[in-house]
Amino acid sequence: MKMNYEESVKRLEEIVSKLEEGNLSLEDSLKLYEEGALLSDKCRKMLSEAKLKITNINEVAENG
Amino acid sequence: MNLHSIISVSQLNMYVRSLLEGDENLNNVFVSGEISNFSPNARSGHLYMTLKDGNCSVKAVMFAGNASKIKFRLENGMSVIARGRISLYERDGAYQLYIDDIQPDGIGALAIAFEQLKERLSKDGLFDPERKKSIPLFPKKVGVISSPNGAAVQDVVNIISRRFPLSEIIFAGVPVQGDGTGEIIAHAVSDFNYLKCADVIIIARGGGSAEDLWEFNSETLARAIYNSEIPIISGVGHETDFTICDFVSDLRAPTPSAAAELAVPDINELASYINLLNGKINKAINSKILIEEMRLDNLSASGFLRKPGDFLNDCDKRILDLRKSLNSVVRAIYESKYNRAFVLLSKLDALSPLKILSRGYSVVKLNESVVSSVSQLNVNDIIKLRFTDGKVEATVTKITDKVK
Repeated sequence: MKMNYEESVKRLEEIVSKLEEGNLSLEDSLKLYEEGALLSDKCRKMLSEAKLKITNINEVAENG
Repeated sequence: MNLHSIISVSQLNMYVRSLLEGDENLNNVFVSGEISNFSPNARSGHLYMTLKDGNCSVKAVMFAGNASKIKFRLENGMSVIARGRISLYERDGAYQLYIDDIQPDGIGALAIAFEQLKERLSKDGLFDPERKKSIPLFPKKVGVISSPNGAAVQDVVNIISRRFPLSEIIFAGVPVQGDGTGEIIAHAVSDFNYLKCADVIIIARGGGSAEDLWEFNSETLARAIYNSEIPIISGVGHETDFTICDFVSDLRAPTPSAAAELAVPDINELASYINLLNGKINKAINSKILIEEMRLDNLSASGFLRKPGDFLNDCDKRILDLRKSLNSVVRAIYESKYNRAFVLLSKLDALSPLKILSRGYSVVKLNESVVSSVSQLNVNDIIKLRFTDGKVEATVTKITDKVK
């Protein structure tokens, strides 16, 4: 599953609120924690590697 | 023309007209006055009015060709400076001012036009706050409408590449000054909407005079912005410059740079936010682990885990007790069965035929069948007699019926 930055952050926020509720089993908590840790690494990576792209609207129009 | 002879009205008016038109001074005259009796002809586009001051008035007309060039709307009571020529309208014998150009007196024409357009568009609801669209948090595509050669677009690109390089800039190069520019920019706004190729649009132009920025007061542009599905940030001119474009846009930025800053989040803030979220999951998982450890500690503190030996002893004793009672129950059952069997055996013994034989009776059999009636026997039958201590074979010699 490939998520963009916005989706990744949204998922990370979800994980935080689920973990903070604390109703989950230890096993589920650890699973979520692992996912959250991976996501935050991924987000940091996305931010550090981002490079601005500039396109002319004419190219957009030509490429449909 | 010989004025001493009798002339017609037409000839008179024609003569006066030629005099007026022949006067150099009246050919290009600036007249200040207040507009009254303003009556535009909707069909022809000509504007008719009277200019007056405290004491006097003069009729004036502005033909459609010149009238279409004025940026503001004429109104009764407005003080103006009109430039034009004086001539006579022969039909009425009235001289009038033929206006080429008209400017508001005192306040600038553009300022008047601006206020008027602003008021009209405001009435049409173009500035209603509830119509303002919100700017997306993470725009993937930022539309930029600006001059390809201007500093404004450079500022915007620099700021977006520094703040939010995750996005893509879709650039529409337009002129930002000169007649018809407003329409071209309006067209660019429509293009973005048609192509759906931006999450937010920045309209950017550097500072300039009110005249330079005039095209950003275009009504066509205002309506294109109003009708845009994509939120628009206006970054036109400097902090102190206001254009209609600013009022109708979803968000007004004082400068192009500020517009870029409003369009995208700051990557450093995003990184801090990710760190914050990461810290939260760490904290949550640590406290979860702590809670589980405490639960475990509590369990260890309870009887079973503290002295498991006691528990086992208890179990052992219970099992022994159970076995004991099981044993006694089984024994009781066995004994009662045994007693019952003994009684039955005694009864059986009492009923045994051998026991009866021992009391002096014997059993008679013929061909292995027990004989219980004399009718079963005939004379000379060989019968077997069974006694308690042996057997005898005998021959029937006489049969007597039942003892009477």
